[in-house]
Order: sequence, then C-alpha cells, then structure tokens
Amino acid sequence: MMHPVLKRWGLPLILILIFPLTIVLPATGLINPYIDLVLKYIGINIILTISLNLVNGYMGEFSVGHAGFMAIGAYVSSLLTVLVFPDQAGPFLFPVALLAGGAIAGLAGLGIAIPSFRTRGDYLAIVTLAFNMIIKSVLENLDIIGGPRGFLGMDKLTTLWWVYLWVIAVVFLARNFVFSNFGRGVLSIREDEIASGLVGVNTRQVKVLTFVFSAFLAGIAGGLFAHELQFINPRSFTILKSTEMLVMVYLGGIGSLGGSILGATVFTLILEGLRTVLQQLGISQEWRLVVAPLMLILLMLFRPRGIMGLREFPFLMPRSERPEALLEHKRRFIAAQAEKGGGS
Amino acid sequence: MTLLHIERLTHFFGGLRAVYDFNLELQSGELVAIIGPNGAGKTTIFNLITGVYRPTEGRIVFKGKDLIGLSPHQIVQSGIARTFQTIRLFKELSVLDNVRIAHYARAGYSPWDALFRLFRFTAEEDRIRQEALELLNIFKMVHLADTIAKNLPYGQQRRLEIARALATHPDLLLLDEPAAGMNPAEVEQLMETILWIRREFHLTILLIEHQMRVVMGIAERIKVLDFGQTIAEGTPLEIQNHPRVIEAYLGEEAIL
Repeated sequence: MMHPVLKRWGLPLILILIFPLTIVLPATGLINPYIDLVLKYIGINIILTISLNLVNGYMGEFSVGHAGFMAIGAYVSSLLTVLVFPDQAGPFLFPVALLAGGAIAGLAGLGIAIPSFRTRGDYLAIVTLAFNMIIKSVLENLDIIGGPRGFLGMDKLTTLWWVYLWVIAVVFLARNFVFSNFGRGVLSIREDEIASGLVGVNTRQVKVLTFVFSAFLAGIAGGLFAHELQFINPRSFTILKSTEMLVMVYLGGIGSLGGSILGATVFTLILEGLRTVLQQLGISQEWRLVVAPLMLILLMLFRPRGIMGLREFPFLMPRSERPEALLEHKRRFIAAQAEKGGGS
Repeated sequence: MTLLHIERLTHFFGGLRAVYDFNLELQSGELVAIIGPNGAGKTTIFNLITGVYRPTEGRIVFKGKDLIGLSPHQIVQSGIARTFQTIRLFKELSVLDNVRIAHYARAGYSPWDALFRLFRFTAEEDRIRQEALELLNIFKMVHLADTIAKNLPYGQQRRLEIARALATHPDLLLLDEPAAGMNPAEVEQLMETILWIRREFHLTILLIEHQMRVVMGIAERIKVLDFGQTIAEGTPLEIQNHPRVIEAYLGEEAIL
C-alpha cells in the first residue's frame, strides 16, 4: 500500500520537483535548444487540444475555427508586450499579456457563441469556419500590425518553465470545470440535448460558458506561441492550424484530458519526426501539410473516439470522483442498509 | 387545489393538427391518465407542457404561473419533471452522473467556485452526491451507481429515468408510457412503484399509457384522445363502458 501522505500529495510533489528541471535543463544546455523547442510545442499543443476538446469532445458540438481564437490571443498579447508594456517589465507582465490575450479571445468566443447557440443544429461548424477566415483576412488587411507581413519584435518570453506552469494551470482548471455541475451539463448536452433541458440543465448557459472558456484557453496558447516564435503572421492561423487541433483531439480521445495530453504529444512528435525523415530522404517539407488532414480522415473512419475516448486517467480526476472514492461511497451506503435490515 | 390548468391547448405541425382544444384541470395529488391510439397527440401534449414545443394556441398554467414561452429548464425548475416514451438516458454516463445532472438547477455555486474549487463548490458537490446516492438507494440501485447507463437492463433503465426525474424535486411528474416493453411481472412492479413514489414524494402524476391494466389499475381519472381531440373523460369504470371509447380504442382490444 502507498503511504497516505504520498497518495494525497504525490502528484503535486512530483510536479513541484520537476519544476526546477524546466529551468535548469535548458539553461545548462543539458537538453539542446531543439528538444527545448519541441517540449514547448507539446505544451502549447496540449493547451490547444484541451481547449478544442471541451467543445468538440466533451460537448459534442463541432468547432473548426479555433485557430481564430489562437490568433486573437497571439496578436493581443504581442501588441501588449511590444507596444504597450515598458521594455524592462516585459518578463514580469508576460502572464498579464497572456491573460489579456485569452480574455479578448474569450470575448470573441462570446460573440460567436451567442448567435450560434440560439438555434439548434450544426451552425457552429459553419460559423466558426467563417470566423477563422474572417480573422485571417482582417489581420492581413490591418497594416498597423503588419498586415500580411506579420508582426514581430516580441522577446522570447515563452520559456520552458512558463509553458510548464501554464499547462499545469490549464489542466487543473479544465479538470475542475469538467468535474463540476457545469461539466456534467456539458456531457449531458453531448449525450442528449433535449433530455438535458428536460432535467433542468440550462443548455444555452452551459454551451456559451464552455465555448467562452475554450476560446480563452486557445487565446492563452496563442500568446505562448507568439512569444516562442517571436514572429507571427496571419498565415500561422489558417484552417490548417484548426485542422491540426482537430487531429490532436480525435487522435488522443474525445472527452478526455488524458487523451488531450496524449494526442498533443503524439501528434507533435509525429510532425517533428517527419521533418527529420523528409529531410533525410530529400523530400519536400510541403508533404508535412498533408499529414494532418489525412490523419483526420483516417481517424474519423477507423477510430472516431481516439485512444482515450470518453475515458480518463484517475490521477487527472479530482479525488472525490475517482473510481475508488465512488466504490467507498457505495460500500458505505450498502453497509448502512444492511445494518438497518439486520436491526429490524 | 388546482396544480395544472390547461385551456384550449391547440398545436399544429404545419398543416397537421396534432392537438385540438385540449383542456385539463389537474388537482394536487391526483393521478390522471391520458390514453388514445397511436398518433392521438398524447406525447405532443407532454412536449407542450414541458416547453419542447410552443403551442399554436392555448394556455398552460402551473401553480398559478403561465408556462407558455418558458424554456424547458425553467419549466423543470418550476416543478414539472418527465420521463420519455423511448428511454432517453445519458447513455455513456454513469448511473450516478445521470442523477447528478438532474441537480443542475439547484447546485448553489458559480463557475468561479468550480474552477478554483472554492469551499462552496466542495460543500455543494458533497450534498449533491449524497442526495443522488440516497435517491438511488430508494430505488435499490445504489450498487449500480458506477455502472454506465447503457449497460443497465431495460427495466432498470426505466427505473433510472424515473429516479432522474425525481432528482429535480418535481410536484408534477409526467410519465410517458412507462410500461412500454415490460413483461407482466415488471408491469406489476411498475404499478407499485408509481403508487409508492406518488405517496413518498407527494406527487401529482399525469400518465400516458397503452397498457390498459396499468391505466385501469392506478388512474383515478382518464382522458381519451383521438386525432388530437378529447373524445371522453371519466373514471376507469365510465371509460370502459363509454361507447365512443370502445369504438375508437377499446373496440380493437375487445376483439383480441
């Protein structure tokens, strides 16, 4: 048996112990800059995948334009750190810039959610598709922020340890949301929206809330992405980026945080691995663009729920929701019942 | 005391008249059945009461409050719960979650409380879990709490649907063909369950049912619909001998 203290604090302890490594390893060159970069991409992709999974996986709606929210987060946070915040304060105000980017993305999400969820049906896919395209053309036509040439001048504020902290925070918040009254409402909408309303779930409230939260997370990821690349342009946030997010969700597993982490990790590694392989074989890197759409088609055909579909690792659940806790509750009830039966 | 008052309720699907001039006065504590051949408009009436459809015409007043124009979740909050003709559980979710979802409207915490797991969240979640398990215990299903709903046997799924409806704390329960697909033994048990929950939860019940044994056995009053119109109304005994009912409905059964 594991020691109870270890059981209670094991996961936080491990996470705390890893944290110094995320600072030391890249600084001392124990992991080379390329691995550092790939790890950061994995982290950013985890956030993006959780964001989209909330809407497409947990809620069963279909958004295909989440790169639009990512773009908003990227541009807003970059404008803040480059043009608004004083130079020296950059690193300290970085989280503020990210949160602001997330908040504006969330606001855009609200603007999409309210009209899209007014009616039942599959309007969301069409609306988000249009939204993604509109954001791209707006950014291309705004010359003050670089237009099609893009925007640059950001410091490399996205360090491995920042990504690490944000991933933990996002997983924590998403977990708390999913395993709450609102999260159960989200699941019930996926299962049967009519029945959901008829047992008292305010389905519109739940849908809007979830979509805004999802857009917020995509915005955070966008900000991290921008301050890693130090250069963003509208072409980074096209439908192809949205498609990559879809692949990560459906690869890892719908309605699962563990699946999101897995999907983002595996997909990022595949894409990076392919870069090396194509280089070795002397084939054009353009072929990497084919991978995401092709994987999406294959996944939808053969494994529509993904690796971890609708399942969860117990360590990603709140203690009170884990199978063993439920078993304990059941046992207590049945014991009480037996006692009553014996006494009479 | 009048709990539910329905007046001149009429509903069209395009050119099809599904319900026409339906009137109902339901007293607190009553158990009333609506019967009629398939397509008579019975389920449509339930859908109108619970806000799934908005009636073309008519008034629905529940506890003195007009329900027309309210959305389903608001109607549930005012105290009306229902089950469905074909089972509509949240299939991929556990039995416990099916019941907990029905606590949605009465969970007293905000999204912020949930996101940061503040005290109010934990306290309310403990309460909800406890209440849900107690309800399952009443239905002798607590040992199935972690079973995925779709894996339950048919009879248990029906019971779970009733338990889920009761979790919303209704005053009025609408049961849409609860005996559908049940064998005689299960039907017998169901009748007992209905009478028992009515006592235990102080319910008023409106029942749609095809099985005459159930209707004649437990309903105090019966309304008979045919092609959207009320053709007869009365006690089980009166209905059994009503010439129009025998013509429209029971006539077929009598031959069998």
